Amino acid sequence: MSNLEETARSLFKEEKVNLIIGFEEGSRHPRPFFCTSTDDIPKLILDKRCHNNTAVYLTKKDLLGTGLVGIVATLRVLKSALQLSLENQINEGQFIFIAGEDASDVQVLKDKASIQSYVDAHPEIPDSKVEERLHHIESMSREDRWAFWKNELSKCIRCYACRAACPLCYCERCVAEVNCPQWIDPWAAPLSNMEWQVNRAMHMAGRCTGCGACYEACPLDLPINLLTKELSSEISEDFGKGISGNVLSSFNPADKENFFK
Amino acid sequence: MKRYIIEKSKVNEWLKQIIKSTERVLAPVKDGEKVYFRPITSPQETDYDSVTTTESAKETVFPRTETLFRFKTEGKDTTLSEVSAESYPQTVLWRARPCDAVGFLPLDAIFNWDYKDNIYNLRRAKLTIVSFSCNTSDSCCFCTSVGGGPGNTEGTDILVTLLNDERALAEVVTEKGEKLISLCPTLFKAVESDEDKSSALAKISSRFTSEQVQEHLKNAFDSSIWKQQSARCIGCGACAFVCPTCACFDIQDDKCGRDGKRIRCWDSCGFSLFTKHTSGYNPRPEQSMRWRQRLLHKFSYMPDRIKVLGCTGCGRCSRACPVDMNIAEHLYSIANYNHEK
Amino acid sequence: MKNNIYLPYVMTIDRIIEEAPGVRTFRLKFKDKEEENAFSFRAGQFAEYSAFGEGECTFCIASSPTRKEYIECTFRKAGRVTSGLERLEEGATMGFRGPFGNFFPIEEWKGKNLLFVAGGIALPPMRCVIWNILDRRDEFGDITIVYGAKSENDLVYKQELKEWGERSDVRLVTTVDPGGETPSWKGEVGFVPSILEKTAPSSANSIAVVCGPPVMIKFSFPVLEKLGFADDCIYTTLENRMKCGVGKCGRCNIGKYYVCKDGPVFTKKQLNDLPSEY
Repeated sequence: MSNLEETARSLFKEEKVNLIIGFEEGSRHPRPFFCTSTDDIPKLILDKRCHNNTAVYLTKKDLLGTGLVGIVATLRVLKSALQLSLENQINEGQFIFIAGEDASDVQVLKDKASIQSYVDAHPEIPDSKVEERLHHIESMSREDRWAFWKNELSKCIRCYACRAACPLCYCERCVAEVNCPQWIDPWAAPLSNMEWQVNRAMHMAGRCTGCGACYEACPLDLPINLLTKELSSEISEDFGKGISGNVLSSFNPADKENFFK
Repeated sequence: MKRYIIEKSKVNEWLKQIIKSTERVLAPVKDGEKVYFRPITSPQETDYDSVTTTESAKETVFPRTETLFRFKTEGKDTTLSEVSAESYPQTVLWRARPCDAVGFLPLDAIFNWDYKDNIYNLRRAKLTIVSFSCNTSDSCCFCTSVGGGPGNTEGTDILVTLLNDERALAEVVTEKGEKLISLCPTLFKAVESDEDKSSALAKISSRFTSEQVQEHLKNAFDSSIWKQQSARCIGCGACAFVCPTCACFDIQDDKCGRDGKRIRCWDSCGFSLFTKHTSGYNPRPEQSMRWRQRLLHKFSYMPDRIKVLGCTGCGRCSRACPVDMNIAEHLYSIANYNHEK
Repeated sequence: MKNNIYLPYVMTIDRIIEEAPGVRTFRLKFKDKEEENAFSFRAGQFAEYSAFGEGECTFCIASSPTRKEYIECTFRKAGRVTSGLERLEEGATMGFRGPFGNFFPIEEWKGKNLLFVAGGIALPPMRCVIWNILDRRDEFGDITIVYGAKSENDLVYKQELKEWGERSDVRLVTTVDPGGETPSWKGEVGFVPSILEKTAPSSANSIAVVCGPPVMIKFSFPVLEKLGFADDCIYTTLENRMKCGVGKCGRCNIGKYYVCKDGPVFTKKQLNDLPSEY
């Protein structure tokens, strides 16, 4: 175990990385930081306030440049990275992960297997606030639930901060940006907002790692992470946990079909 | 400008009258941790604790989605029909901030530059703004760095300052404002002398001046600062959509069969597709170029072409940004950077 | 200008001409006669053309202002709106909103020799000003037109090219890219910039107007410089993604200049001052 500063220095010196994506102090809370030289290493921080899911930068090719890139990785970053790897968006050897939750205690992980063991060894502590809200919605009647979501989603301004912050929304041209045909109306209105958010939840089905980046990014605090999280938990109930491959693109003859009536 | 004194305890009575005689009164209303301008039917619904609302007040004159006209096709023929002026409601914006009021000036300039946007002007004419001076601010506020201030009257119809005693000062700037005063003439006492409101205002020190920024931006197009500042920007539209002065829009057709309407909706220069040609060519393919456009547009192009700054210092963009692109921090850097490097 | 700047004129498609594969010309007539009488424009201006239900698209006005009975536009099917326009038949209605932008200052060109250089689908903006000039032929000096396309089939306004070629007061040079010629092709073979160099029109008392794909313009400018054309005697038109056409939606600017207001016509001298974001 070593500390973040030492590790970062050795990454620049020995591993010859050109860039370490980490966190720095921001105006009111930590924010993503692109450390491009050893001079900037003192700015790197890591503690439990570092919420941003910086895995979102792993698919931004023009930011990463060529060469090896290091990334300070909290648990949520690692889980997203594993999913990105599963979906062939990143390759082993492209990144060096500086894994940890605190700057005093980090370890370097380079390959998929060690990242998977790390993630397995650090089970997620459920967020009590999220669990409480989920429970509250689940206990609502169908009508109340529909009214709740209609009300919340009518506030959406279609800024797409949710999509931009999600590491798994890496499509070069999002379904909402296709105009021929126009699958989803691009203007902010109750119906089209519902179309957008439901569509996003469907596209996240079975892939969402529950990091909550979408909710934290939303300028209006819409609890959209609950939609994607709930859908993902329903899927693991129906189709089993930890299936390899994505739900929409995998088929098992033993899949339940009891919803056909 | 006319000045009146009203007892603080009587302000709600005045608001009650305003609600009675106006089609729609919008005021800050709390919704969870956020505060939005929402229609109110009683004074009690108003939130006076928040520094400012989460979203700006530009929806009153520039809604997120707006019908420009309707079309109907029968056989080979198409007929167009317009939205009636009556459908735009008479509105009073209650307890806006000086930074909200001054934000209408860039919008007025954009929508009346050369061609007059009468849909905007109709809504604007039906809007009366009652702003309240700020006695608090937070770390994202920077109005004094862009020519504004917590007790500014620019752009408003009435500015109310809650003084340090039981009185409130109402500074009436326009005829529209005067009309609201006349709803409750007995509650207001005209004052001749200048009432000192400065002790009731928040202290916000300026971090830079917009002239400094403009000067530095003159030769900054090819500066390396844009890539540096925008590295963490994820390219969403949160900053543009909560901003009181951002007015970039898209025009789309909403059709149902052979009928429909042409609508205008909010858009953002930060989106990757904003300037992309049908051919696939994009003059701003990188986020750093889009960040540069945002800043140059607000602090260089707008002052140059339409003589108005595109920023009020309200700080909403910084509060809304998922990755803390704190614009005041960036502007300070720009004003102190050697762009020739 | 109408009261609602976003409300288009309703036009009837009077005639459809198939210019080249995927390229059509629409001849439009105002549905409302009063609107037709009140309407005027200058060569170089553009408009927003609507396929109601699909949206609006920006094209130049390809007909000359001297011909008041109709408006023409030429477009290639490329995206949603142009696909919607392509589905329309003669007699159908569509929208027309304009004219917008600045124009070619042809009054300043009186008595001068004019050189028109165009490539492919960029002949339409040029066609407007060429007919404008030809309809007032004796006010101007020598006229040279250099026009090329990928192949013979891709040349637009084939009928017009024939007319211009037959005129004794116009020097027309047409070319196709190497490989684009057919056995019966009688014109030049080569890219427009090299044919321009070969044609070598004199720059004395001359104005040059260049419209074409960015790569053609990039290589034509040095040729014009070599021939002696000064930067403020070279005109071109720029394109950018547009929506409102009236300087409000914030989309088409290059630096502080809006293509819909300060353009689409620019001199090379003005281009030199533009930041490189187009």
